[in-house]
Amino acid sequence: MACGIVAVGASWGGVHAIGVVLRGLPGDLPVPIVVAQHRGEEHPTRLAETLGRGAAIPVHEATDKEAPEPGHAYLAPPGYHLLVERGSLSLSTDGEVRFSRPSIDVLFESVADAYGPDAVGVILTGASDDGAAGLAHIRRRGGVTIVQEPATAERRTMPDAALAGGQPHRVLGLEEIAPFLVKVCGQG
Amino acid sequence: MADDRHPLRRRDVEAVELDLLADGVYEAYGFDFRRYSRPSFRRRIWRRVNDEGLTSITGLLDRVLHDPLAMQRLLADLSVNVSAMFRNPGFFRVFRAKVVPLLRTYPFLRVWNAGCATGEETLSVAILLKESGLYDRTLIYATDMNDVILNQARSRTYPIAKMREYTANYIEAGGTHSFSEYYVADGDRVVFQPALVENVVFAQHNLVTDHSFNEFHVIMCRNVMIYFNRELQEHVHKLLYESLTHFGVLGLGSRESLEFSGHREAYELLDESQRLYRKIA
Repeated sequence: MACGIVAVGASWGGVHAIGVVLRGLPGDLPVPIVVAQHRGEEHPTRLAETLGRGAAIPVHEATDKEAPEPGHAYLAPPGYHLLVERGSLSLSTDGEVRFSRPSIDVLFESVADAYGPDAVGVILTGASDDGAAGLAHIRRRGGVTIVQEPATAERRTMPDAALAGGQPHRVLGLEEIAPFLVKVCGQG
Repeated sequence: MADDRHPLRRRDVEAVELDLLADGVYEAYGFDFRRYSRPSFRRRIWRRVNDEGLTSITGLLDRVLHDPLAMQRLLADLSVNVSAMFRNPGFFRVFRAKVVPLLRTYPFLRVWNAGCATGEETLSVAILLKESGLYDRTLIYATDMNDVILNQARSRTYPIAKMREYTANYIEAGGTHSFSEYYVADGDRVVFQPALVENVVFAQHNLVTDHSFNEFHVIMCRNVMIYFNRELQEHVHKLLYESLTHFGVLGLGSRESLEFSGHREAYELLDESQRLYRKIA
């Protein structure tokens, strides 16, 4: 299993869950992380700051055409879809997908297309079925797929939907996800 | 990227199809999508493939080459920029505070809303300038590559269901009137006052293939270039730079940056968080 990028998707309960995953990762993780967390766009938020607190990995709100760096995490900004090319992040203001912008499916599909078997996708807690199609796309292109054990999720709808879309490589408790990512992606 | 599924193929077949489509559309119609950012382009193309009841990008190429109406539908998909009035209200609040005082020093103002799509941003700027007492000495050029969409912008007509969101944005943007003064309801739609576009020129202009056509004191080009790749962004930045007066103001989308551009040194930051720049060289 190779690893070129890690994509994480979450909704309800995601701020806590993503924080747990990021805090479990070493600062010298050799790949970038891209994150889609469902969020409203009405007001400016400090989500990147919140998620980065206590983590060795710096967390940024993504800027269009930014080159993602290894050991950094990039968050889809409110009101934008985040998409990935090899070596570059892209944003879009196209309409909501499954009532969401950012959409996890949009991010994951772009990650699967750009990275193929080098993509790693993680679906965490959430009260929506967003991400299931995107994770299936990553699996079809030969990437590694991880779903949070639904019983450990604050809301299990999203992990359940991801599991219904096909068997992932791993179903893991929240605390086990970061160590597995380190195993797959290696340490710098 | 090599095709990881079929060793016989030199390149991913979908990437080849996307190139062929962009080439064919350019050769036949002159619209140049060859340097559009691939992931968004790809998504939009697949949406059109599905909506046309087709199964492949090559099938779509065949159809748009032979059917200009299909090309018009594709063009709509590729040019509709989903927007809102006073989108990112903070931008307009800062515009009032930091840009309007600069604009007061000019006897006459030219503003360019580049890539205006259905006109939400054009009307937002018009309202802001009216409330600042600057509108009567301003000419706003609102341009888009798609003339069908420009007609929608000219109609100043939007779904009434949007007004709650737009009103909230307007208030947060520092609006000084009652937002409902600016439109009249007509069934499930609203029509904005004709006075708001008295000083607006709607015109077809393609940022990718057309040249600079005037000098402006303000250019707003928000969330338009996010659909372009970096090379094309650089091309358009040059065009915008050449279209600004000295000390002219450039407004970008909230997550766009000049930092990756060769033109960064030619601008000073007016406001970092709202992506407002001023040309100084």
